Amino acid sequence: MWIAVLTIATIALVAGIALSFAYGRLPAGEGGLVEQVNDLLPQTQCAQCGYPGCRPYAAAVVDGSAGINLCPPGGESTVRRLARLLGKEALPLATTIEPSIAVIDESACIGCFHCRNACPVDAIVGAPHFMHTVIENECTGCELCVAPCPVDCITMRPLS
Amino acid sequence: MSAPTYDLGKLHGGLRLQSHKAVSTAQPIREVPVPSQLILPIEQHVGQPAQPVVGVGERVLKGQLIAEPDGELGAPVHASSSGTIVAIERWPVSRRNGDKAPCIVIECDGKDEALQTTPVEDYTSRTPAELLLRILDGGIVGLGGAVFPTAQKLMQARTCDTEFLILNGVECEPYISCDDVLMRERAPEILSGAQVLMHALQVETCFVVVESDKPEAIARLGEVLAELNDKRIVLKLVPTIYPSGGEDQLVQLVTNREVPSGGLPTDVGCIVQNVGTAAAVHDWILRNEPLISRVTTITGDGVASPVNIRARIGTPIEEVIQFAGGYTDKVRHLIIGGPMTGKSVTTDEVPLVKASNCVLAVSARPFAGNELPCIRCGDCAAVCPVQLLPQQLHWYSCADDEVKLREFGLTDCIECGCCDLVCPSHIPLTADFRTAKGRIREMADEKARAERARQRFEARNQRLVQEQEERDAELARQKESAKSAGPAAIAEILKRKQQAQEDDST
Repeated sequence: MWIAVLTIATIALVAGIALSFAYGRLPAGEGGLVEQVNDLLPQTQCAQCGYPGCRPYAAAVVDGSAGINLCPPGGESTVRRLARLLGKEALPLATTIEPSIAVIDESACIGCFHCRNACPVDAIVGAPHFMHTVIENECTGCELCVAPCPVDCITMRPLS
Repeated sequence: MSAPTYDLGKLHGGLRLQSHKAVSTAQPIREVPVPSQLILPIEQHVGQPAQPVVGVGERVLKGQLIAEPDGELGAPVHASSSGTIVAIERWPVSRRNGDKAPCIVIECDGKDEALQTTPVEDYTSRTPAELLLRILDGGIVGLGGAVFPTAQKLMQARTCDTEFLILNGVECEPYISCDDVLMRERAPEILSGAQVLMHALQVETCFVVVESDKPEAIARLGEVLAELNDKRIVLKLVPTIYPSGGEDQLVQLVTNREVPSGGLPTDVGCIVQNVGTAAAVHDWILRNEPLISRVTTITGDGVASPVNIRARIGTPIEEVIQFAGGYTDKVRHLIIGGPMTGKSVTTDEVPLVKASNCVLAVSARPFAGNELPCIRCGDCAAVCPVQLLPQQLHWYSCADDEVKLREFGLTDCIECGCCDLVCPSHIPLTADFRTAKGRIREMADEKARAERARQRFEARNQRLVQEQEERDAELARQKESAKSAGPAAIAEILKRKQQAQEDDST
């Protein structure tokens, strides 16, 4: 009988060690998954999904309250990658947009500062009452600066 | 002792191809006259395009600098003949992406007037660093077809522990014979260039490597070597197997050292230079002639008399073909480069550039057929010189699986075309891999962009929180000070008010 007890105890011990090792090394459940989903998102921070940024959307996707097809800047490829990661079916995008960047008509700009405050990635430079401009390389094309402009001098230029 | 992965000088895979070289090597190199118009792309090298330093209407002389390198990696461009700049505009060129590129167009005056040059200095009196800077000014790039700026390649090698200089005279691709005839006719210049390179690199061993199907070139090099009596230079023969002329493959063959995945030959103490590049280095360092002309093979069954020519860089391909007797009736395709790695072009307006080692006019595209599904025969893996699994890569590139493509070493593919050639289903594997590589690069760019955007977003949020906290703290401080000042401060204000009223009434 002792042999049987010892065998079972040894197996339990080995399995326990293996599991605790795996727990430490493998990406953790929920929190890790949110990060993984967030990594697949384009980080435009455009809020077109209805959440105030990419990470909140990632959290919503993981807890199941949001669909995986709500990210227009990510496009079909992001939906496919999300589907693969989460083992869900790839749905067609709810809305599609063309990748583009914001351009300020500098002759019309009145230096009101509203667009600068709206930009989620600090891609607009300029001081109050002076002309503003967009840093092309940093603009994510989120369109959040277009609406606040009182003189409508910001347009979206498609990236060819 | 552990067994070597290969026997000495053994290449994995590869193919023995029909050479088709004899047709163009029958005649000596012929000089193409200076054309009426030269078209010089500002991007004839790997790296950033050169920036023009001349304006439209300006007169330039042969050998004059017309575009200088911009950024870390690049090479200058020189005027190939004297004349007037008539335009700087987009012109059809032969390159991987896009059909048109900015070019400087020179209307030649036919005088071929050369720039007054400084007298030639003895290169052995210069330090390697000075010599490297001098090579940079010559606009010399790798003439084997990869057009990597030579000076920068040498500078990189200087930072490593380089033991061997390998001169590549293998020229394994079918049809191309420009290096073969160059070795036959200009062996002394090639070896002199090798000596310059060895001085610049401070290496003590140079292997001149030639494929065994070029007996004339080998004999000539042997003669010149005997005259030169330079013990540091060793002539080596390699078997005629495609693609033994690939840089990493050549290192493997000659030194039996394997260039690591994603690495450079300098990681195993070697640097490879084409024989044409060595001759160009000789011309620049000992004769003050920058890279303004090159030897090119004009061949294929679409050309009346296949020949090797020396033409000025920027000569339109059309004129070069006319020089070789024009097209035959059979011509259907025009390819710049060899049949395996070359690029089809749709117009012969494209200029001959530093990279153009061959112009191939053929009646049928080599090795073409109707594409069928993969039957998993595995022939492609057997011939792959980099030991990849093209079949697996094919599936993953169809599935657009970036992670797996990286895992299976797509980035190490040298695009030699062996897998295409043996594929019984005629799947255009190399073309697929090329697009997949582009996509991988794109995805990596996208990822980097997203990461940057995220960092900026997080930094901004942090800043906003900090600003808010500072504002709150300031408000609290003011409130606190108002409170502590209390009745005394109010009495003070009232007193001041009363004083003001009294002043008004008086």
